[in-house]
Amino acid sequence: MNKMLVGKVTDIDLLGSRTFRVNDTDIALFRLSDGEVLAVENKCPHKGGALSEGMVCGSKVHCPLHDWRIDLHSGAVQEPDTGCVPTFNVEIDPDNGSIYVTI
Amino acid sequence: MTATRKKLVLVGNGMAGVWAIEHLLKLAPEAYEITIFGSEPHPNYNRIMLSSVLAGGANMDEIIINDLEWYRSHNITLYIGQTVTAIDTDKRVIYSDKGIETEYDELILATGSHPFMLPLPGADKKGVIAFRDIKDCEIMQETAKSYRKAVVIGGGLLGLEAARGLLHLGMEVSVVHINEYIMERQLDQPASIMLRKELEDQGMKFLLNKQSEAILGQKRVKSLLFADGSTVEADLIVMAVGIKPNIKLAQKSGITINRGIVVNDYMETNIPGISAVGECAEHRGIAYGLVAPLYEQGAVLAKRLAGVVTEGYAGSVTSTKLKVSGVNVFSAGQFTEPENSRALRFQDEIDGVYKKLVIQNDKLIGAVLFGDTNDGAQLFSMIKKGENIKGREKELLLGISADAFSAGQGNRLEEMADDEIICGCNGVSKGRIAEAIQSEGCTSVGQIKACTKASASCGGCKPLVEGLLQLYAGDAVVTVKEGICGCTPLGRDEIVSEIKRMELKTVKEVMNVLEWNVEEGCSKCRPSLNYYLGMLWPEEYVDEKESRFTNERYHANIQKDGTYSVVPRIYGGVTSPAALKKIAEVAEKFDVPMVKFTGGQRIDLLGVKKEDLPKMWEELDMPSGHAYGKTLRTVKTCVGSTFCRFGTQDAIGMGIRLEKEFERLTAPAKVKLAVSGCPRNCAEATIKDFGVVAIDGGWELHIGGNGGVHVRATDLLCVVKTDDEVVEWASAFLQYYRESAGWNERTAAWVERVGVDSVKKALENREDRLALQERIQKTLSLTTDPWKQIVNEPELRKNFEPITQPETV
Repeated sequence: MNKMLVGKVTDIDLLGSRTFRVNDTDIALFRLSDGEVLAVENKCPHKGGALSEGMVCGSKVHCPLHDWRIDLHSGAVQEPDTGCVPTFNVEIDPDNGSIYVTI
Repeated sequence: MTATRKKLVLVGNGMAGVWAIEHLLKLAPEAYEITIFGSEPHPNYNRIMLSSVLAGGANMDEIIINDLEWYRSHNITLYIGQTVTAIDTDKRVIYSDKGIETEYDELILATGSHPFMLPLPGADKKGVIAFRDIKDCEIMQETAKSYRKAVVIGGGLLGLEAARGLLHLGMEVSVVHINEYIMERQLDQPASIMLRKELEDQGMKFLLNKQSEAILGQKRVKSLLFADGSTVEADLIVMAVGIKPNIKLAQKSGITINRGIVVNDYMETNIPGISAVGECAEHRGIAYGLVAPLYEQGAVLAKRLAGVVTEGYAGSVTSTKLKVSGVNVFSAGQFTEPENSRALRFQDEIDGVYKKLVIQNDKLIGAVLFGDTNDGAQLFSMIKKGENIKGREKELLLGISADAFSAGQGNRLEEMADDEIICGCNGVSKGRIAEAIQSEGCTSVGQIKACTKASASCGGCKPLVEGLLQLYAGDAVVTVKEGICGCTPLGRDEIVSEIKRMELKTVKEVMNVLEWNVEEGCSKCRPSLNYYLGMLWPEEYVDEKESRFTNERYHANIQKDGTYSVVPRIYGGVTSPAALKKIAEVAEKFDVPMVKFTGGQRIDLLGVKKEDLPKMWEELDMPSGHAYGKTLRTVKTCVGSTFCRFGTQDAIGMGIRLEKEFERLTAPAKVKLAVSGCPRNCAEATIKDFGVVAIDGGWELHIGGNGGVHVRATDLLCVVKTDDEVVEWASAFLQYYRESAGWNERTAAWVERVGVDSVKKALENREDRLALQERIQKTLSLTTDPWKQIVNEPELRKNFEPITQPETV
């Protein structure tokens, strides 16, 4: 388990996403409308679509390829589709807005 | 707990036996320790779907009913690829061919049936098969790869389905039938003849009144010889002349048999502890070869084994539906007229529809439908119920009037017992569907299908499923349909008029004020609202890029591997050597994997990495071609009078003018234009949203065309004389569309919905047209090129790059 500094909260637009790569895994960071930042593997369990490119609604992201909905807190796919995306723990330094992700 | 469980053994891992087990597990999940033997090397699959597999409508995985996980999760011991060879009825033990011995307290025989193979000389040659299991299907698929000629012996239900499958596999198919009429066991002569003609049109050949005599060839079949001395060439012969119950095991074990294993109304054989169910069983003299009776028998057996009271099985009235694409045939009950019966017939050789109802003592006892089989499920239900139809006979024949129909159906469905099977293909009962609607919240046929599989196979029961939805969901069905998505019950027009009335200015405001039931909406309503707000308040509204689809956010088309495509603007499809060179250089520099021309006369650079997009745009230094958004896409042109000897007007000039005029225009859906220089219409203007066709001395203006999923030719809007008039009408039309259509509604669907006359009327006054033109010009004046904007603004550009390289802390 590695804790990594990946950037600042302001690097991500509200309801937007940025990505980074660790080893061979693409990870997508999302910033929800209430400011919360969440991290999941950037790969839809359906056809591998890049979730970072999807539309964020509440705490869900819609995959851009076939509109599967993924809960960014749990990584779970919304029914009736099934599957799960790995999630990663995110901490934010309240003083300077630094984002730390534990991989 | 486990010690007290009784031992249940099922011989036969097919639909009938496993259905009975499934039912039993629901009624008494803890009562038995279950062991299943199956001689095929597969888990339980839906045999009646094999014809769909052959016809290409389903693959093998999709027809598995219970996968191996199901057996595991119910603690069922499963032996596949093993045949039970003996039963010791005294010791209550069974023995398999691979040496397994299993004791039982209760034994179910569900050994099914064998295809009946005609004992012809040469029947053992290679290339002679039946149509019964997955292996037969595999042989057919394999044979079709290297051989051409297939002969199916048997013009019944199974034979015709096999023949259709072989046609689909690309083989030449002849159907040999001993009778003059195909499917004579289910159809009367007029219906049989209509069916044959329909199948002949699909390419099937028929050899009728033919008695097969011998199969000729060396190792592999070469031809089939008939009793009259004639022959037909064959690389593959499929025998589909019938089935016979598989009774060998029962016979050896001293169980009473006749044609099948004889059972009473409780599916018991004469030996205590042994039951039989499905195609191997004979009940009151009948061994059924169709699927619906299996479910009814299985339900009775499961109840008895679970100790639940049952009235027993009283036999089944069966119905038949031919699962052949493009052909609708239905038959139920007594289809020929017995004595003391009367028949009503309707025959329409123009549309190819035939209907016959057989009536006895004011009750419907049989029906045959060809061409239009929509009423099949209702008629079948009436036959089973035995209800009095006096006075309604003609109404039933000619189609049931809407009111009478829904009232009648409602009552019938209401009275129907919960365990009555609605979907015969997948064994879904009325009770299961009711549960899906009432407890699982299904509000559409699609949801019920996903939840229960009802109507997922042949679709014949769809009217009944719809009826049940009405019965149990009532108003909920209607409410769900109205809203633009699941987040609101409001429709497009209500939303737009509320935005106007209350002057709502952001997506969030609309959702709050109009009481959205999902916070932040979904991928349908968010882009819709973003569009409506932008259309209504072009000057004030700040476009919300987070409410746009990926393509419109990144101004490129996302591909399945996450790369994007780049299409530069090429006005009217006219380019220059310099522009082509630049495109080529950029494509080389960024290693673009594919360069292709689009359907709209543009150049598409495919496979571009997201982080390269802004760099490429910068180097291209060309405007965005907007090949990705709900905007004006392209104006396609032909050469026109500039070079073409037939051209009557300058199509290229007009195309470029229109593309420059409407470039960057947002719209409810994508908009495509075309300009043709003469009525030969080489630019295909009459399948565009707005098509312009030059005529001598003027222009024809066409609207509402589409070349996509539903091809629609345009309607003629009007004919004008000058170039300025073309632009005026195009402006007015496009703005009227922008203001009236629903988000994601193409002009074709919109014109179809509102009617072309209403569009003509809205545009007929010049004053109105000029007002519309003024509004569209206002909107257009506020647009900028998105590529340039992103290239120049670091805040936008950062979203194309990965976040800073992470560092471990």
